[in-house]
Amino acid sequence: MSFKIASSPHQRISRSTAQIMRIVTLACLPGIAVQAVLFGYGVLIQLLLAIVTAWLSEAAVLKLRGKAVLPSLKDNSALLTAVLLAISIPPYAPWWLVVIGTAFAIIIVKQLYGGLGNNLFNPAMAAYVLLLISFPLQMTQWLPPLSLQSVSLTPLDALCTVFSQYSCSGFSLSQLQSSIDGITMATPLDTLRTDLNRGLTLDESLQKPVFYGFAGAGWLWVNLAYLAGGLLLLQQKIISWRIPLAILSSLFVLSSIASLASSDTVAGPLFHLFSGGTMLAAFFIATDPVSASTTNKGRLLYGGLIGLLVFLIRNFGGYPDAYAFAVLLANMVVPLIDYYTRPRTYGHRPRSELK
Amino acid sequence: MNQFKELTLQGLWQNNPGLVQLLGLCPLLAVTATITNALGLGIATLVVLLGSNIVVSLVRNHVASEIRIPVFVLIIASLVTAVELLMNAYTFGLYQSLGIFIPLIVTNCAIIGRAEAFASKNAVLPSAIDAFMMGLGFMLVLLLLGAMREILGQGTLFDGADLLLGDWAKALRIELFKVNSHFLLAMLPPGAFFAMGLLIALKNTIDNKLKQKQAVEKGSIARARVTGTAQ
Repeated sequence: MSFKIASSPHQRISRSTAQIMRIVTLACLPGIAVQAVLFGYGVLIQLLLAIVTAWLSEAAVLKLRGKAVLPSLKDNSALLTAVLLAISIPPYAPWWLVVIGTAFAIIIVKQLYGGLGNNLFNPAMAAYVLLLISFPLQMTQWLPPLSLQSVSLTPLDALCTVFSQYSCSGFSLSQLQSSIDGITMATPLDTLRTDLNRGLTLDESLQKPVFYGFAGAGWLWVNLAYLAGGLLLLQQKIISWRIPLAILSSLFVLSSIASLASSDTVAGPLFHLFSGGTMLAAFFIATDPVSASTTNKGRLLYGGLIGLLVFLIRNFGGYPDAYAFAVLLANMVVPLIDYYTRPRTYGHRPRSELK
Repeated sequence: MNQFKELTLQGLWQNNPGLVQLLGLCPLLAVTATITNALGLGIATLVVLLGSNIVVSLVRNHVASEIRIPVFVLIIASLVTAVELLMNAYTFGLYQSLGIFIPLIVTNCAIIGRAEAFASKNAVLPSAIDAFMMGLGFMLVLLLLGAMREILGQGTLFDGADLLLGDWAKALRIELFKVNSHFLLAMLPPGAFFAMGLLIALKNTIDNKLKQKQAVEKGSIARARVTGTAQ
C-alpha cells in the first residue's frame, strides 16, 4: 500500500466564476420556459434586451475605468444580472424599462462600487426597486396567464407590444390585460391585496378566476420550475442550502401562524410559498455570493430576515410582492451579520470559555 | 486684488460649500427637483449669507467670544425671517413650493460656518466677497443638480420659472423631450443623492487631471540636474 504525498493546496476550487454564473443562468431556463409558455413570449424579448444592454454598459464602464473588457464580460456575471432582472419585470413592459434598469444595475450598482465582488447590493434587485419606485404603472402591468387572456399574442405581437405598447393588431396593453369577461386582471398577490383592503375576506377573493388552480393561475408552475432549477443548483453545490431554507421556512412559519390567527385576512403558507417570486428569489436572487452573508450562521439569519420582511411587506406593506425590498434591506445588514457570526478560528477557544 | 482672486477660487471651486465642504446637504438634496426651486433657494441662501457675513464682520470686535455663536445665530435667524417674509410677499408660488426649507436656511451649516471661520476674523469687504463667492458656488451646485434632475425627471428646463420671476418667465420653459411617465427617481431624494455623487466624482476627476498636468510641468523642470546621478 502506497501513500502518495501531495503538496498543498489540497483543496482546489473546482469551478471558475464564469462556470458558476453559467450554471446559475442555465438553471433559470426551466423557469424562463414556463414563463414563456404560460405568460407569453414577451419574457424572451425582455431577456434579449437586457442581455445586450448589460454587455454594452459593462463594456462601456470598463473602458472608462481603464480595465480589460473581455475578461469581465466572459465571467457571465453581467449576463446573470440581466437575466434575473428580465424575468422579474412584467413580460410586456415597454422596452426602455428593462434598458434603464439593466444599465443602472451594471453601471451604478455594480461597476461604480468597484465591479464584481465589491457591490454592496444585489444589482438586479436594486434595479428592480429603481424601476418600481420610478415607474410604478409600467412595473405592475402583468398580463394574466395565457389561459385567461382574451386575445392571444403571437411572437410578432409580443415584439410590437414591447416596443410600442400596442399589439400588431392594435390592441392596447390595458385591453390585453383584461380577461374574457373584460375585467382587468392583476397578479394573484396584487388582486388579493386589493380585495383584502376593500374589506373582502380571503375566501371571497379566492373565487376570482385569477386564483384558479393553486396559488394563482400559472404562478404555481412558474414557482415549481424555479424550485426545480434551485434544487439543481443545490445538487451541483453552487449554492448552500442555508439561505433558501431559511427564507422558505421563516415565510412558512410566519404565514402559518398568521393565517391560523386570522384566517380571513392572511393567505395560507402554501399560497405564500408558491406565488409571486418566492422560489426565484429564494434560490437565485438571495443566494448571490457577493451581497449575501458569507458565514453559515449568518446565512441562516440573512435568509430568516428576508422571509420575515417579505411576510411583513406582503401582508402589511404598500406593495404586493416584496422580494426586491427584502433582499436590499437584508443586504444592508449583511456586514453586521457577518461581523457577529464570524466562525471560531481553529485553535482558538470559544468566547464563552474565555470569561 | 490677489485676495479677491483667492476668495473667488475658494468659493467657486476649491472649497465649494456644496461639492467639497458638503454643507447644507439637506436643502441641497431636498429642493433641487426643478431648476426654479434651486434658483429660488440659491438666491435666498446667497442673500442671507451675504447679509450675515457683513453684519458679523461689523460686530466682530464688539461681541465677547464666549457668546459669539448665539449672536451669530440671532443675526442669521433675523435675516432668514426677513427673506422668508419677502418671498412670501413677492414670490408666493415659490414660497409655497419651497415650504419648510426657507426657514431651514437658518440651520444651513454653510452660513454659520462662514460666519465663524471667515467673517468673525476679517474686515467687511473681504467678508462680503467671501460670502458672495461661497453663496454663488452653492447656488451653482444647486442649479446644476436642479437641471440634471429636471431634465431626467420630466424632460423640461425652467418649469414654473414664472413663480420666481413673474409672468414673462413662462416663455423660458423649455421642453427638451415629451415623456408620458416621469422618471420619478430623479425627482425623489434618492435621485438627488445619485446626482450629487456623480457631480462630486466629476469634480474629483477634473481635479486629478489638473494635478497630473501640473505634475508633468513641474517634473520637466525638476529633471534639469547638474550634479549627481539620476536614480
